[in-house]
Amino acid sequence: MADDSLFEFLHMEIVSHIFNEQQSRKGELDNKDRAACISLLEAMGFRVGQGLIERLTRDTPSFKDELDIMKFICKDFWTKVFRRQVDNLRTNHQGTYVLQDNKFSLLTQFSGGKQYLDQAPKYLAFSCGVVRGALSNLGLESVVTAEVSIMPSCKFQVVIQKL
Amino acid sequence: MFHICLLMFSPQNYPLYIRSVPSQNELKFHYTVHTSLDVVEEKVSAVGKSLADQRELYLGLLYPTEDYKVYGYVTNSKVKFVIVVDSSNTSLRDNEIRSMFRKLHNSFTDVMCNPFYNPGDPIQSKAFNGIVSGMMVQTG
Repeated sequence: MADDSLFEFLHMEIVSHIFNEQQSRKGELDNKDRAACISLLEAMGFRVGQGLIERLTRDTPSFKDELDIMKFICKDFWTKVFRRQVDNLRTNHQGTYVLQDNKFSLLTQFSGGKQYLDQAPKYLAFSCGVVRGALSNLGLESVVTAEVSIMPSCKFQVVIQKL
Repeated sequence: MFHICLLMFSPQNYPLYIRSVPSQNELKFHYTVHTSLDVVEEKVSAVGKSLADQRELYLGLLYPTEDYKVYGYVTNSKVKFVIVVDSSNTSLRDNEIRSMFRKLHNSFTDVMCNPFYNPGDPIQSKAFNGIVSGMMVQTG
């Protein structure tokens, strides 16, 4: 189906547009500018995550606890958004969760190997935002970061903020 | 003319939407609804402790006063819907109230997905208002 590639192309273009925009305004990008672009992408993802979770949890019964919510994110939510389930969920039972996806759908178009490893964080920022937005609307404030060691597998680390 | 009132509260209990028919009576309902929020919180926190299949979103009749019946519903994103109807309005059955809540939840989902809507703001969507008016006309 063509639907999946529509979003993938759009996403690639969003990332490249934001960075080019910043570059044409500031000239050379230093670390602060790069961070600003990444947080812009993350903020976009946040709002999308909020709306998505409202639609996806419309018919599901309410969640028992935090772990229940994380399992929902790993199975149903990940399936609807990234078309596969999270391969591995680890937790320290104290609010930190690591979600590992071995074939992350937004990274499959990159060539495997080390060449573009440093560019990967740009393409993960939006997805981190989506997860953070989803959790926020379910009542969990969190900090979501992602890292890649081998393409296209990546790990999302979710740290739930206890207020 | 039957009285009916619908209110919606955000997860932090700020009012998101208030509508009642006839529209002069809103203030009268505010007191009833604010006390019913306590009952909603109680039911929501009880869900975690009981093992029975009580994980439904519809909370049912919250409590009857001598004049009004108050029904509650909470979404997974902790947005609370409260409907207050006259006790004299015996024609409204439980499953009708359930279907009203379902319709509201559906329209609320649409409002949430609107990119111009900021979550937590009062709802000003015309489409949402239209759905609510339709429902009130049907039951009132």
